[in-house]
Amino acid sequence: MLFRYLYVLLILLPIKAFALIEVDITRGNLNPLPVAVSPLAIDKSSKDNFKKILKKENLGLEISAIVENNLKQSGLFNPLNKEAFLQKPDIANLKPRFEDWNLIKAQALVTGKVTFVDEKLRVEFRLWDVLAGKEMMALAFTTVPNNWRRVGHIITDKVYERLTGEKGYFDTRIIYISEEGPKTNRIKKLAIMDQDGFNNKFLTLGNELVLTPRFSPTNQMVTYLSYFRNLPRVYLLDIETGMQEVVGDFPGMTFAPRFSPDGKKIIMSFAKDGNSDIYTMDLENRIVERISNHPSIDTSPSYSPDGKYITFNSDRSGYQQIYVMNSNGKNVKRISFGNGLYGTPVWSPRGDLIAFTKLHKGKFYIGVMRTDGTGERLLTENFYQEAPSWSPNGRVLIFYRETKTNIKGEGFSAKLWSIDLTGYNEKMVETETDASDPSWSSLLSN
Amino acid sequence: MNLSKTLKNGFLILVACLVLNACATKKTETIGQLQGDVYTGSESVEYLASGVPDRVFFATNETVLTTASRETLRKQAAWLRKNSDINVVLEGHADERGTREYNLALGERRANSAKDYLMTYGISSDRISVLSYGKEKPVDSGSNPLSWSKNRRSVTVKAN
Repeated sequence: MLFRYLYVLLILLPIKAFALIEVDITRGNLNPLPVAVSPLAIDKSSKDNFKKILKKENLGLEISAIVENNLKQSGLFNPLNKEAFLQKPDIANLKPRFEDWNLIKAQALVTGKVTFVDEKLRVEFRLWDVLAGKEMMALAFTTVPNNWRRVGHIITDKVYERLTGEKGYFDTRIIYISEEGPKTNRIKKLAIMDQDGFNNKFLTLGNELVLTPRFSPTNQMVTYLSYFRNLPRVYLLDIETGMQEVVGDFPGMTFAPRFSPDGKKIIMSFAKDGNSDIYTMDLENRIVERISNHPSIDTSPSYSPDGKYITFNSDRSGYQQIYVMNSNGKNVKRISFGNGLYGTPVWSPRGDLIAFTKLHKGKFYIGVMRTDGTGERLLTENFYQEAPSWSPNGRVLIFYRETKTNIKGEGFSAKLWSIDLTGYNEKMVETETDASDPSWSSLLSN
Repeated sequence: MNLSKTLKNGFLILVACLVLNACATKKTETIGQLQGDVYTGSESVEYLASGVPDRVFFATNETVLTTASRETLRKQAAWLRKNSDINVVLEGHADERGTREYNLALGERRANSAKDYLMTYGISSDRISVLSYGKEKPVDSGSNPLSWSKNRRSVTVKAN
């Protein structure tokens, strides 16, 4: 895969321990940090070469625009207008004149340089603390030119990590269901895109209904539900080779698949005679195991990141509620006790929270609770929304939202939305078509 | 059909009746084409043969068959007994007011509830297959209680 060609070439300077600027991401951020992202400097010959290969007028500017957009979208940073910058990119990268950047109220500054070396793209960048007048970080990457957007995302991840103390989520992808056509006859396709909506690709043609794709931990595989030949079954797709296979040999519908955190198993529901229970299949030895056994609907299973527990929803109490059990199916405990119905539980990659969908008095909510069910917090309310998926750092949730149609049944749309765990920074994620069932990948590089 | 199976199905119906009666004493208000919140109209209903409607409707989050649904299914069973060469697929559906995965399971349960009833009226399980579409194939694109009631259904479709 493309990812393999990307590697960190060298670290120019070790990261210094004295962090002066710090962004607190545990609270809603009403004062995003003013940051100046200087266009990356580029020499004439490199510029011409990249223009030839990538059809981009100024690659330095393009990459810095990616960084700027990512920082802005995070809601934690306020990238300043380039028009106000006094220093030229090449000089700023050598030694910023901090007074100039201070003057436009920048607290952090990103500078860098793009060069064309041996048919490859080499990018170096630096992060500066403007008030302290110090360099905070300096890194360089070499990769194939086609990876230029990923370079922008990796720079953002490094800047985010240095300033917030936590891993970023920008060099990631979203797999989702692309939707087109009228509500009563939707065409659905498997689609994949970068976290910022670029590099969109369709992975199926729309000949059969497909639903609920989820990445494997290494992002090479996707498990999803397909109605191929009108037999709803869980499938496994290798994104790189395009190879597909049915998971297991079940005499009925299998659905709601997810990978185990070690990527070795798929957990899913199997429906038979009106009863849905949870099963796993080991991808190596193909052994199928029954995990839950109850004459109610047990579905939407999701493992804890350590693989020891499974959260799922069941209507065994009479209504859809969230439960946690050991990964062997023992010790089942209900954890949702608020008013309304609870579904689609999904364990945070940090392990401390479970995100869910709640239906109460005709409204749908996306919320989080601790894994014992305490501390329920609703983040957003709408006519219809469901299926949250965590960013790899556990700070952002992506989900989908459908609109209410008018009296004639017109005006339907389905879109992806994201919201910070803080409840702030709610926004639509742009997609080429209507979209649903998003699943966030892990970081493509670390 | 062996005795224990017959007894089991009989028991299911008995339970269903008890549940329905419990509901009946509470509320069965008929407003327009809704009884409780079960659709009673005929829009979108098709016919397997003259006088044999192809679908039954359900209350929100329910899989229990109503009196009208049982009557429809008895007609389907009679028609299937007469046409022993025809097999059917029961397609179970849910409305849009539920999470996607749960609705897939709910559609499967609704179709099976219809299947069980056909079986108690002598239709062999070999002739019936079940397919859930969850909320994926609504017949009515409206976002209101009447539209939703039309979408909560099990449709009997000829398989051959």
